[in-house]
Amino acid sequence: MSTTITEEAPTKKKLSPRKRAQRIRWAQYALLAIVLVVFALTANWEQIQSAFFRTDMIKLTLTEGLPNALKNTIIYTAGAFVIGLILGTILALMRLSSVAPYRWIASTWIEFFRGLPAIVVFIAFSLLPLAFEGLLIPFDPYGTVWVALGLVASAYMAETIRAGIQAVPKGQIEAARSLGMPSGAATRKIVLPQAFRIITPPLTNEVILLVKDSSLVYVLGLSASGYELTKYGRDLSSSNVNLTPLVVAGFCYLIITLPLSYLVRRMEARQKKER
Amino acid sequence: MTASSTRTGAAIVEVTDLHKSFGSNHVLQGLNATIKQGEVVCVIGPSGSGKSTFLRCINLLEEPTSGSIKVGGDEVTDPDCDIDAIRRNMGMVFQQFNLFPHLSVLGNCTMAQMTVLKRSKAEAEAKARENLEKVGLSEKADAYPAQLSGGQQQRVAIARALSMDPKLMLFDEPTSALDPELVGDVLSVMRRLANDGMTMFVVTHEMAFAREVADRVIFMDGGVIVEEGDPEQVIGDPQEERTKTFLQRVLDPTHVDAGAEDAAYAKRHVGEVAADNFVKPADTHGHYSGG
Repeated sequence: MSTTITEEAPTKKKLSPRKRAQRIRWAQYALLAIVLVVFALTANWEQIQSAFFRTDMIKLTLTEGLPNALKNTIIYTAGAFVIGLILGTILALMRLSSVAPYRWIASTWIEFFRGLPAIVVFIAFSLLPLAFEGLLIPFDPYGTVWVALGLVASAYMAETIRAGIQAVPKGQIEAARSLGMPSGAATRKIVLPQAFRIITPPLTNEVILLVKDSSLVYVLGLSASGYELTKYGRDLSSSNVNLTPLVVAGFCYLIITLPLSYLVRRMEARQKKER
Repeated sequence: MTASSTRTGAAIVEVTDLHKSFGSNHVLQGLNATIKQGEVVCVIGPSGSGKSTFLRCINLLEEPTSGSIKVGGDEVTDPDCDIDAIRRNMGMVFQQFNLFPHLSVLGNCTMAQMTVLKRSKAEAEAKARENLEKVGLSEKADAYPAQLSGGQQQRVAIARALSMDPKLMLFDEPTSALDPELVGDVLSVMRRLANDGMTMFVVTHEMAFAREVADRVIFMDGGVIVEEGDPEQVIGDPQEERTKTFLQRVLDPTHVDAGAEDAAYAKRHVGEVAADNFVKPADTHGHYSGG
């Protein structure tokens, strides 16, 4: 066995793993460069500009009602986040409760709202007045959106918060209880503050998802003043038969989400350093 | 627990026939012990002997399977008993310190005072600073636990427990997680505490400390109390075979016990039959006094 290896080695010169990895990397760069060059040469740039980036359309989108739509998106998201966070914390504590019915209720709730597409929940919500006549949710139109979006958010957040609570070492609650703190006080003052510190990065991710989910609330049937970014951009796009307004609205989402993801990265880096 | 029930020398903790099982694992097999006011009791024994579980049963961090634990006359295992009230009077120091990382040193020492004893912030902080002074860390009041060494964290944990004005302090291997050079600081704090008359129940591996500070030493093995008495007697002149073997290993770890080594070797290489020639469980069982 050993003799065959020594004989073969000089005849078939094998690349070292590092050299081979280097070559594969160069091949990938070359391929990427070729794709870019081909695209740049074949694309009709004028046509692309007139479809997606018409300057007069950009101006129209910015002046018509974009600030209002941006404001609505932020308000919808923020309100839904607050509702989701409160409900999610309650649900997470219920899931970890020693009382079995609490666990059942919380599990059912979470599986239900996490399993359904958000848009289905919103459509169902828009039909709610059919089932409950005279149902009135305050702060119209914000209240309805907050509750609908908040319900969906609560299911996701409950799972994140539960993971955070479980990540707090058991010794913490033991220390708190051994000082005579009742279970509720120990949870509120010792466990939850630490849990929320642990889950701030994933929770911020959930805010980003929520920002994007807010684009679905148009099915709740909002008036023009209640339009958020997507609905506003789409309406303007279809009335002008041009995609530019929607593209501009899309970029507005990045104004919200990019700083948030930057924040998450910063927090994760800091947490890594603390460990 | 009322003040009148804890006169000097009176029993603070009375444990009767304590059993604890984790599933099929019978960890505590009938313990009887008493801790008197002002007494320092050290529990020693090999790992897995149940000594930490014993200690954790006293403030009900572990629920006993059966038996009775009376603290200041109140039955801890009784469902009607207010365990929070009992824990208020009983400080606990953990092996892993378990400081609250989101609170400053001062916050660690004031949190329970304010939420449980309803002391004002100023009152709680004065008490905390007094106890931080006692453990030699008054200048660290505003630091966070992550900024402290293990020894400092453990001393803060002691100050945190003392800030509740406990009548009894439980120590669960307080120096086992520390670097060797940091052990001394923690032990000297505990020694001072003992000299001040604090009632202490200490699970420890520090034989020199137990010998010097303890009024009484309990040796546990296999979930029973094997030997109990004056430290000079239990550590200096143990009567039971298991105590002797344990102390020999702990006090002189480099000492090679030819017989035990042979037995271990035989068990590894020759099998049960040969090992039986060295270890006779039926014989040694007769010496046990605990239960």
